[in-house]
Amino acid sequence: MDQVDVASGKAPVIEPGYTFGTVTDKISSIVLTRPTSNGWFVGFGIAFLVTMMLLFALAYLFAKGVGIWGINIPVGWGFAIVNFVWWIGIGHAGTLISAILLLLRQSWRNSINRFAEAMTLFAVAAAGIFPLIHTGRPWLAYWLFPYPNTMNYWPQFRSPLVWDVFAVSTYFTISLLFWFIGLVPDLATLRDRSESHWARIIYGMLALGWRGSARHWHRYESAYLLLAGLATPLVLSVHTVVSFDFAIAIVPGWHTTIFPPYFVAGAIYSGFAMVLMLAIPIRKIYGLEDFITDRHLQNSAKVMLATGWIVAYGYGIEAFMGWYSGNRYDAFTLWNRLHGPYAFFYYLLLLCNIGIPQVLWIRKLRTSPLGLFLVSSVILSGMWLERFVIVVMSLHRDFLPSSWGMYYPTRWDWMTYVGTIGMFLSAMFLFVRILPMISIFEMRTLLPEAEVKAE
Amino acid sequence: MKTTPIYGMMAEFDSATALVEAARKTHQAGYIKIDAYSPFPVEELAEAIGFHSNRVALVTLIGAAIGGLSGYLMQYWMMAVSYPINVGGRPYHSWPAFIVITFEMTILFGGISAVFGMLALNGLPMPYHPVFNVPRFVMASKDRFFLIVFSTDPKYDPAGTRQFLATLEPRSISEVPS
Repeated sequence: MDQVDVASGKAPVIEPGYTFGTVTDKISSIVLTRPTSNGWFVGFGIAFLVTMMLLFALAYLFAKGVGIWGINIPVGWGFAIVNFVWWIGIGHAGTLISAILLLLRQSWRNSINRFAEAMTLFAVAAAGIFPLIHTGRPWLAYWLFPYPNTMNYWPQFRSPLVWDVFAVSTYFTISLLFWFIGLVPDLATLRDRSESHWARIIYGMLALGWRGSARHWHRYESAYLLLAGLATPLVLSVHTVVSFDFAIAIVPGWHTTIFPPYFVAGAIYSGFAMVLMLAIPIRKIYGLEDFITDRHLQNSAKVMLATGWIVAYGYGIEAFMGWYSGNRYDAFTLWNRLHGPYAFFYYLLLLCNIGIPQVLWIRKLRTSPLGLFLVSSVILSGMWLERFVIVVMSLHRDFLPSSWGMYYPTRWDWMTYVGTIGMFLSAMFLFVRILPMISIFEMRTLLPEAEVKAE
Repeated sequence: MKTTPIYGMMAEFDSATALVEAARKTHQAGYIKIDAYSPFPVEELAEAIGFHSNRVALVTLIGAAIGGLSGYLMQYWMMAVSYPINVGGRPYHSWPAFIVITFEMTILFGGISAVFGMLALNGLPMPYHPVFNVPRFVMASKDRFFLIVFSTDPKYDPAGTRQFLATLEPRSISEVPS
């Protein structure tokens, strides 16, 4: 593993002066000995109530059907698909941090990969709700999988929607495995350090009897690297397949080859924004500024700047092709974005995703937690608007003016959307309380004393 | 108590460097059945105890190959044999459309094989293990490094092995009851 270079001018990934013992104590004590604060109860309480609102909205949906939403013909996709794509995209940063940065030997990732992976899992779980409830008959959602059935039929494998089922369920499974396998050595640490009998039993069961044997570590490292190698093309494929849901269709504004790369870049863009929105308060509240340093904030900001420009390039190409293709329907889609009834959202999108994030060029802002937090929230809104623009603005006016329409979300749309944010936050609140949010064993490898000196 | 069989002899060290050096010396001294424990992966350690290759990569490759093949054949069989329907005049065996799921199944099976293969080769989950009988071993998941010589080693004898381990200047030596 790479060592921290304290001498070089860069801000360190971990502040000097820590030892194996103090790193272990600092991270594990958050879970084991730190009393649960009132702030945590308030935060979790609010998130939990919002989750209850989600359940209420879903219960009413199951009773009444998708007619309670604003979807109609022509806009059959609406909020459910907007939110699905938004959440799945957010998840991508977690895998990028844990897998791609691992392969690229970016050791600074070691202090943010754990909670970024947790974020991925919860975001994908939130995303998964939407296509299911959007089917209209979610109790039949298992029809999406190829299982032998009395109807004697199989799913249509030529459809990108079926590809999506496989991509998203593979993504969730691999993310879960990656996250859990990374946790095992740390669960062993918690097992060995916990004072409470039950905590020891539960952490002990989850740790699978991990004892840190050299043979085990050797195989573990192989498996971890292989998993990273498998997760890297996987994460790129997931949003590519999501973009196929659109790009394979012939709807103007969707039928374009720029979609896969531009979706993947947008996913990482919004994902890093979410990572920062979580990391900034967490490091403040739990006093983890020594582990999640300014270097992490800076690097994340740089990733956002880079992916933001890829997204901007995507918008540019979309607009250019609207004109250059000579296709009157594509040209109209562009015109409709700029002058149609939803034009306000298109301009807002350009402002949120391209305009405002340019402040990240300023070094001072890249190291200012509050500034980054605000910019990240702008980016997250912008990326949500992007999906709204793609889904709604293409569908509401396609080929025939006689079939044009408008889409207005209802309160149930909003309750479901906000509800999944509550669910996501509840899960994050529970996660920081019961599991080590920073990978302890990977932090140990960053310490200078981890280096084996040659005789 | 007197009849408890002995699992091995364990020495405790303060640093990764000390452990690697001690493991190397123990291995060179002719002990074969040894193991080392560290709170984080130490690259040199596996080499030092004479553990060179593992089969995780092979298991993963086999898993991934099975996943990819079964993914493709599943689609071929379902779309071209079991339930052929004509979609816009495309051939029943329209392979480009099958690539995505083939790919996803390759990753899924490869990833599952990597994780469960690693656990199986490591013999995990294993809730009980004799090394946990040593009270100081709880530090192995924090900041201490341990070396063990198993009692099944042909060169193992309680007094002699203890004496040998003492020459490595460990922090402490303990007998591991099984």
